[in-house]
Amino acid sequence: MSPVQTMVRYEDAVIRKFTAMTVVWGIVGMLVGVWIAAEMAWPQLNMNIPWLTFSRLRPLHTNAVIFAFGGSALFATSYWCAQRTCRTALFMPKLAEFTFWGWQAVIVAAALTLPFGYTQGKEYAELEWPIDIMIAVVWVAYAVVFFGTIAKRTVSHIYVANWFFGAYILAVALLHIVNSAAVPIVWAGHPWFTLTHSYSAYGGATDAMVQWWYGHNAVGFFLTAGFLGMMYYFVPKQAGRPIYSYRLSVVHFWALIAIYMWAGPHHLMYTALPDWVQSLGMVFSLILLAPSWGGMINGIMTLSGAWHKLREDPILKFLIVSLSFYGMSTFEGPMMSIKTVNALTHYTDWVIGHVHSGALGWVAMITIGSIYALVPAAFGKPAMYSVKAINLHFWLATLGTVLYITAMWSAGLMQGLMWRATQPDGTLTYSFIESVAASHPFYIARLLGGLTFFSGMLVMAWNVWRTIAGSAPKAAPVVAEAQA
Amino acid sequence: MNPFWSAFVIFISVAMMIGCLWLLFANARGKPGESTGHVWDDTLREYNNPLPRWWLNLFVLTVLFGAGYLLLYPGLGNFGGWLGWSSHQQMQRHLEQLTRQSHLAYAALAGKDIPALARDPSALSLGRAVFLNNCAGCHGADARGAIGFPNLTDGDWLYGGTPDKLVETITRGRHGVMPSFKVVLKPEQLQALVDFVPYWSDPELPVLRRAAGVKQFTVTCAPCHGADGKGNPLIGAPNLTDDIWLFGGGRERVRETILGGRQSTMPAWDGTLSRDEIRVVAAYVYSLSHQQDAAP
Repeated sequence: MSPVQTMVRYEDAVIRKFTAMTVVWGIVGMLVGVWIAAEMAWPQLNMNIPWLTFSRLRPLHTNAVIFAFGGSALFATSYWCAQRTCRTALFMPKLAEFTFWGWQAVIVAAALTLPFGYTQGKEYAELEWPIDIMIAVVWVAYAVVFFGTIAKRTVSHIYVANWFFGAYILAVALLHIVNSAAVPIVWAGHPWFTLTHSYSAYGGATDAMVQWWYGHNAVGFFLTAGFLGMMYYFVPKQAGRPIYSYRLSVVHFWALIAIYMWAGPHHLMYTALPDWVQSLGMVFSLILLAPSWGGMINGIMTLSGAWHKLREDPILKFLIVSLSFYGMSTFEGPMMSIKTVNALTHYTDWVIGHVHSGALGWVAMITIGSIYALVPAAFGKPAMYSVKAINLHFWLATLGTVLYITAMWSAGLMQGLMWRATQPDGTLTYSFIESVAASHPFYIARLLGGLTFFSGMLVMAWNVWRTIAGSAPKAAPVVAEAQA
Repeated sequence: MNPFWSAFVIFISVAMMIGCLWLLFANARGKPGESTGHVWDDTLREYNNPLPRWWLNLFVLTVLFGAGYLLLYPGLGNFGGWLGWSSHQQMQRHLEQLTRQSHLAYAALAGKDIPALARDPSALSLGRAVFLNNCAGCHGADARGAIGFPNLTDGDWLYGGTPDKLVETITRGRHGVMPSFKVVLKPEQLQALVDFVPYWSDPELPVLRRAAGVKQFTVTCAPCHGADGKGNPLIGAPNLTDDIWLFGGGRERVRETILGGRQSTMPAWDGTLSRDEIRVVAAYVYSLSHQQDAAP
């Protein structure tokens, strides 16, 4: 086989759009998060306006950070990675363009419906059925573009990052379509069903199980597998080092995607779900520890022999610290799924702390690091405008995350202990409201953590703006060696 | 679960765990520092290092733990586990233990009257727990009430605050009604009441306004609230002279009350709470307005 010189013109316009919107939605989503954190400390901040209440803004926050911020980042990095590692342009670039506008339309539709109380009431799947159908259409288009690009690759092996991106795209399609199945209401006397209200296709404990099969795999495939794809491209790229172990990639990839599917019932411990389902959920959550850590090991060990780069490169700091948070929260998760631990932590703010050690520490920080690496490359600039600002952002993000999760751990542990405390006479020691009052200082500390993290996003927006402002992006044709 | 689905669950669960171990051991060996030779995007390469030993051991350990757990506890379809554990039993055992403890605590309080219970720390602890879990929803965790829900700490009682009356109120509930006077009162009559009733306890109130108010009050309100305005605990008519306002004082709130009337209900707790629970919660409420002699 002789190398053949070919010109590949990558489709980067759609990536630039998704990259810019990642920063925009990051700021919007986290601002809403900061606001509702303040409402938790001072509820009167909802000003008695229904669409500013915690109950309506909370799903807006989760949808904005997961699907708008995280989703845009995943679109941008998966399109970037697939083209580069397959040495080919995106399959059906017009369809890729459609995924951008379609996804933004979904986000805007979410922002226009959630504050007004239109919701299916399923966590992370709140959007009403017409928006669910929009998501399904955009997602299928995404799958066509992504797998089409993989199919027309000019290199023989499929790079490990693409396995993870591929698994995330397939699994999210499956999860979304099954969990969102719903029957729209037909009002009496009206010939047509309503767009704004529907009931789940499932009932009772089955509905709860389907919801948390979805919910936990949204974490497993959207927030883990997708971002591991990001990690597998940007960590070795930024470190300039080979991936630590191909066989570890193989083992932890298959183990991760196979076992995540079982872990959902740990969200429903000590509920109406049958005991055997709860046990299986707990057992497979524990078995999930090692496959999860496989990704962390592969990422962090990639840096072995080049640890000194951590001192000089704040982008690498973001990537490696995000892997540390990933390792920490994927240890915490299996522990919390153990029945006796779960009996203490469930329904407390510990869960919120756990989620944010994953969401801020892992998802947001791996995204931020990747975006800092991607922006100059995608916009044809030599480097980010200010390395100092990246460093500042790194410390704000780390400090904010640590403050947030320690506040929530403390609050959660306290709540769990207060709720279960009994007197020698067999009665409960505390009323619920007493545990709420005792949580107040921790809610203020959490708000400070969130504010700190959010301020880092503003630094990022300024830095990204200064980097890309000025000249138009130049198309970047690459002279590539393809295997004939 | 029918036998087919039970077998299906057992099969895929066990297959999953065996599959994990097979995946691990099929890929365990390798030479450190060896490369796969693949190159992507000019610079992306990969080593093919062996699986870290500690990680492999951790993985195997979790699978073995899982297998052991599923032998002891329910999980594999209809097989309930060797320990015969169920979450329902666990809950039941815990509940029985707490119930036993509370029976002992109540037995120690038998025969004491309400004021004696109100001085007993054990009774107060029991009473507080009953209060927080049943009464705090309306009267507040601090028992200071809210608009429409009486403050229980101020010594002012709609139906009387003696131990017997407290037990009666909790056991049988109360239904307070003030009728609407919208169609009965002429505007100037309403105005006379609104200008007077909220300021009854105010010595600065002009004499003429007080006189006009009292005149109208005697006709309209005195049958329930009494000629002296001090209320009637037999029907729960509030004392209007003490500046404690169940539905808010001031002109506007009083006008609203006179025009619209008021309805308020305290549910009967007989049947929901045991007699013992009613006695200790009555003692707790009693203690709130008898702090000096209740303190242990």
